[in-house]
Amino acid sequence: MTALLEVQDLKLGFRTEGGLARVLDGVNFRIDAGQVMGLVGESGCGKTTLARAVLGVLPHHAAQIDRGRILFRGTDLLGADPRMVNDRIRGRAITFVPQDPFTSFSPVFTVGAQIMDIMKWKSPRRPADNGGARLPALLRPYPGARRRADRAAVLELLDAVQLPQPERILAKYPHELSGGQRQRLMIAMALLTEPDLVIADEPTTALDVTIQAQILGLLRRLATERGVAVLLTTHDLGTAYEICDAITVMYAGQEVESAPIDRFFRSPAHPYTARLLASLPKSEGTVAGIPGEVPSLLRPPGGCRFNPRCDRAGPECTAERPAATRRADFHLVRCHHPLAEAAP
Amino acid sequence: MSEAILSVRALRRWFPVRGAFNRRRGWVKALDDVSFDLRQGEILGLVGESGCGKSTLGKTIMGIHQPDAGEIWFEGRQIAGLSPAASRPVRRHLQYAYQDPGASLDPRWKIGRSLHEPLVIHTDLSAADREARVREILKAVGLPQSHLDLYPHEISGGQQRRVGLARILTLHPKVVILDEPTSGLDVSVQATVLALFRELRDAFELTYMFVSHDLAVVRMMCSRVAVMYLGRVVEIGPTDRIFAAPQHHYTRSLLAAIPQIGGPRVTRDFWLKGEPPDPANLPSGCRFRTRCPRAEARCAEVEPVLAPSGDREVACHFPAAPEGPDRQAEMR
Repeated sequence: MTALLEVQDLKLGFRTEGGLARVLDGVNFRIDAGQVMGLVGESGCGKTTLARAVLGVLPHHAAQIDRGRILFRGTDLLGADPRMVNDRIRGRAITFVPQDPFTSFSPVFTVGAQIMDIMKWKSPRRPADNGGARLPALLRPYPGARRRADRAAVLELLDAVQLPQPERILAKYPHELSGGQRQRLMIAMALLTEPDLVIADEPTTALDVTIQAQILGLLRRLATERGVAVLLTTHDLGTAYEICDAITVMYAGQEVESAPIDRFFRSPAHPYTARLLASLPKSEGTVAGIPGEVPSLLRPPGGCRFNPRCDRAGPECTAERPAATRRADFHLVRCHHPLAEAAP
Repeated sequence: MSEAILSVRALRRWFPVRGAFNRRRGWVKALDDVSFDLRQGEILGLVGESGCGKSTLGKTIMGIHQPDAGEIWFEGRQIAGLSPAASRPVRRHLQYAYQDPGASLDPRWKIGRSLHEPLVIHTDLSAADREARVREILKAVGLPQSHLDLYPHEISGGQQRRVGLARILTLHPKVVILDEPTSGLDVSVQATVLALFRELRDAFELTYMFVSHDLAVVRMMCSRVAVMYLGRVVEIGPTDRIFAAPQHHYTRSLLAAIPQIGGPRVTRDFWLKGEPPDPANLPSGCRFRTRCPRAEARCAEVEPVLAPSGDREVACHFPAAPEGPDRQAEMR
């Protein structure tokens, strides 16, 4: 299988008042075409930063990229012409489902106006801008034939995300819709441009558990039907278990383990993954947390960043970050002292 | 079975919905005839989706909202609708832990001052005695003494949660209402905070009302659980019994929606359709009937009341079989 998206040794930080916050420290990551990949980690581990780096929407003034490549179908997005990325990739081949459906719509336009605005620029039926812009963006025409075709596609997709009476929904303002409906719209908007990759950043954290089950089921079904790869960032392992094919775990800006879903839960190899799984609430009543706190990214520990909290850490863990070792097919772990393979 | 320390009877809190010229257009029935008992030493879970009235219930018991009707009995006294002065001695023993401790601590006060404040209001202790009490509580919640001189923004979310608890415990309350005590925490931190709740309950002989939407946490922490839907308690009973065999169809759907790691994927065949109706415009009869797979004509006419059903109470005309070996099959 060829990788659709491959992040290689990405190291970046944000300039802050306290110095450079080293948010990503040599992250490696890949998604194959049509795969649903979960990016799991606690708050502050860099999963949203990684998603934003892939989209190319990091804040210019603060972000500092030291090294690494983000290869999308073989093209390095960090080195490519920004105009080309904007025209063909961002919002078109790679789209985004935000965390919070409540603040992600403009409150002053109808939902329909906002969706058609996307379609004007990012519709799959729009020819690529080769000769460059001859007119200012506001004056650029939106041909009637394409508009009608786009509108038909919008209505069809709203039906696919199970929104009742799509015509009426398009005429509404965002505040007239519930959180679940808005998140359905967000998913529809992300799929409208027929992308290869959808980045869903904690798409269900703001929703209730019954609505979450509906939305996750919808996302999984549509992704499978359309062959779209999904990068799902989440802090909830249960959500990841529901719809992912594989999971990558991050801790404090480093990826520590990546495994197919069944191996991930059955036989975790990295101590952090094992502790994370052990801290899930269980019906028997006992849970084990992880002692200590997530390190400050301004002064991260050397080597493997989990070493101050790890009970298996030795001197080599502070000296050097372990290289990736292969456990099984597609199961990679970066640890000097991985856990033994669980009995099958 | 130990006796009830807090009893709520037919509690009602309706919020008016106002239209043009401030005319009342309807009511949001945030609490509609809610009754239950909180027993000495137990942890009662209160679960439901957003907008079901669980936070309103906690706040009404605390006196932050005044109830429109109904009674609240705490240690043999009726406390609903008391004047602020009369309710002050009651509040000492009945405390409320806010959902977001980061926002409920004064950002310009050091932690130490925030911890002193309740003692200044409720007790006549001298400054030295207060300091001793604060330090003792701080140790109990597992924070170093040096934190007394920090500001709220200088400590992490899990630590803020501990400060919030310490602030309540300085008064040695008997009942603590925990409003979403784990929301916004990572699982590894959540696990340590939950363990702390348990230790403190044993150390201070507390009774908790645990308001949460996280069913996995409720299952682990609570001895009994009450499920709310749009302002009503629809099912209440022992946690293990309800999680093993839910009888109300809303409880069934709620439990079916929790991802079970290692179990079947719930998203593949989740059967509950639609979303909760507008709380200002409730359906007639049973509030769940518009989404209920078992709804019949009678559900639209008669609103079911909470009635004993075996080991629990359920408000449903057609509850699921008490022991449901066919429950799994039925849900497919």
